[in-house]
Amino acid sequence: MYQFNYRKASSVEQAADLQASAEDGVYLAGGMTLIPTLKQRLAAPSDVIDVGGLDGLRGVDVGATVRIGALTTHAEVAASAEVRGAIPALSDLAEGIGDAHVRNRGTIGGSVANSDPAADYPAAVVGLAATVHTNRRSIAGDDFFTDLFETALEEGEIITSVEFPVPARAAYAKFPNPASRYAIVGVMVAEVDGAVRVGVTGAGRCAFRSVELEAALAGGLSVAALDGVSVPSGDFNSDLHASAEYRAHLVVVMARRAVKELA
Amino acid sequence: MEVTLTVNGASHTLDVPDNALLVEVLRERLGLTGTHVGCDTSQCGACVVHMDGCAVKSCTVLAGQADGADVTTIEGIGTVDALHPMQEAFRDCHALQCGFCTPGMIMAAIDLVQSTDDLDEQGVRDGLEGNLCRCTGYHNIVRAVLAARDNM
Ligand SMILES: Cc1cc2nc3c(=O)[nH]c(=O)nc-3n(C[C@H](O)[C@H](O)[C@H](O)COP(=O)(O)OP(=O)(O)OC[C@H]3O[C@@H](n4cnc5c(N)ncnc54)[C@H](O)[C@@H]3O)c2cc1C
Ligand code: FES
Ligand code: FES
Repeated sequence: MYQFNYRKASSVEQAADLQASAEDGVYLAGGMTLIPTLKQRLAAPSDVIDVGGLDGLRGVDVGATVRIGALTTHAEVAASAEVRGAIPALSDLAEGIGDAHVRNRGTIGGSVANSDPAADYPAAVVGLAATVHTNRRSIAGDDFFTDLFETALEEGEIITSVEFPVPARAAYAKFPNPASRYAIVGVMVAEVDGAVRVGVTGAGRCAFRSVELEAALAGGLSVAALDGVSVPSGDFNSDLHASAEYRAHLVVVMARRAVKELA
Repeated sequence: MEVTLTVNGASHTLDVPDNALLVEVLRERLGLTGTHVGCDTSQCGACVVHMDGCAVKSCTVLAGQADGADVTTIEGIGTVDALHPMQEAFRDCHALQCGFCTPGMIMAAIDLVQSTDDLDEQGVRDGLEGNLCRCTGYHNIVRAVLAARDNM
């Protein structure tokens, strides 16, 4: 690891001030992405600003919507009976992230801010029409992920919570990388406010909604509606784990599994 | 940077570099070399300790993040004369070969047993997803965890 200054923030405002006054300041939440990146010397920030102690950004609030504080860990989301009661697909998704130790530290805010093309939560953010709240504004899930490791967040902006409307029904199906458990492809199928939404992660440069699958399922959530449907593999990721064509195939297979779970 | 940690019941205040990892503090400053480092990608679990009661990868926690925390390592769970039931079960079930993954396996398994109701074989396999055994002795490790579950 390169040298950096470690700073512990005691409020959102102080974290933002520390970031603004640092030469190249980066926020630290659970550290499950940032610390491996630092260890590999893939990043060399001047300051690491730890927001992990901001307890106000932790916890779930379930009412008309499910609002999850940015610092809530994957384990806390997976274990919440309230979340499971409202959006079981979200509990299943959280429970399937990485391994137990990663889930004990990694947070929803860090996962969403990172826009890893293979992360799970982004599929829920777009698939469930979530809203990402920050210290400056609220960003629609549809507009949040912009590219590989790129989001709509501005320099220094801090995610405070992610808010999900409660869908009529939803299911998440994932084809995990057998070593890391990251999604080679993950698909969230949901019915939100009378409309079918399909959020896809793992396949493209960042999470997106599949227009092809949403059109095919618009007439009803049935597995048969996906017969013969395909998605273009054009800009999909291709790596040693899966080719772009195989990922395109998996998107439809995962969508079928998710729809089957809903039936 | 100054950090204060409680490790296996004893409080330590140490001056550490800002980029120190918890595992480095444990091994190099406190001499607790039972906690191992098996990878640099946060995947192997050899470094698992308990931080405020939860299993964490100590290679992926900065010392600053652990400031004020209560940490338990493999050295803190039993003694040679009075092994922890999980250590006892690993010995009885022949759940270690070279032993490199064992401290992390045992710390992960203790948290798993303590935090899971109705733990079954599949639950053990899923729960130890983040712990790799290069000797591939998983079968006996799972047997040991199930045996310890009944004695803890
Ligand atoms: C072995 C392993 C397996 C994994 N498997 C999976 C998997 O199967 N699926 C999956 O989805 N993920 C997986 N992960 C990643 C894990 O989910 C991370 O927890 C998550 O990607 C990042 O969350 P964090 O809290 O650890 O963020 P950090 O690592 O602390 O931060 C990540 C990035 O987000 C920024 N950030 C953090 N919080 C905020 C905030 N509140 N506002 C603005 N920016 C912020 C940081 O500056 C940094 O750039 C895995 C990780 C490991 C090590
Ligand atoms: S040393 Fe491999 S996960 Fe920590
Ligand atoms: S016993 Fe050798 S690595 Fe597990």
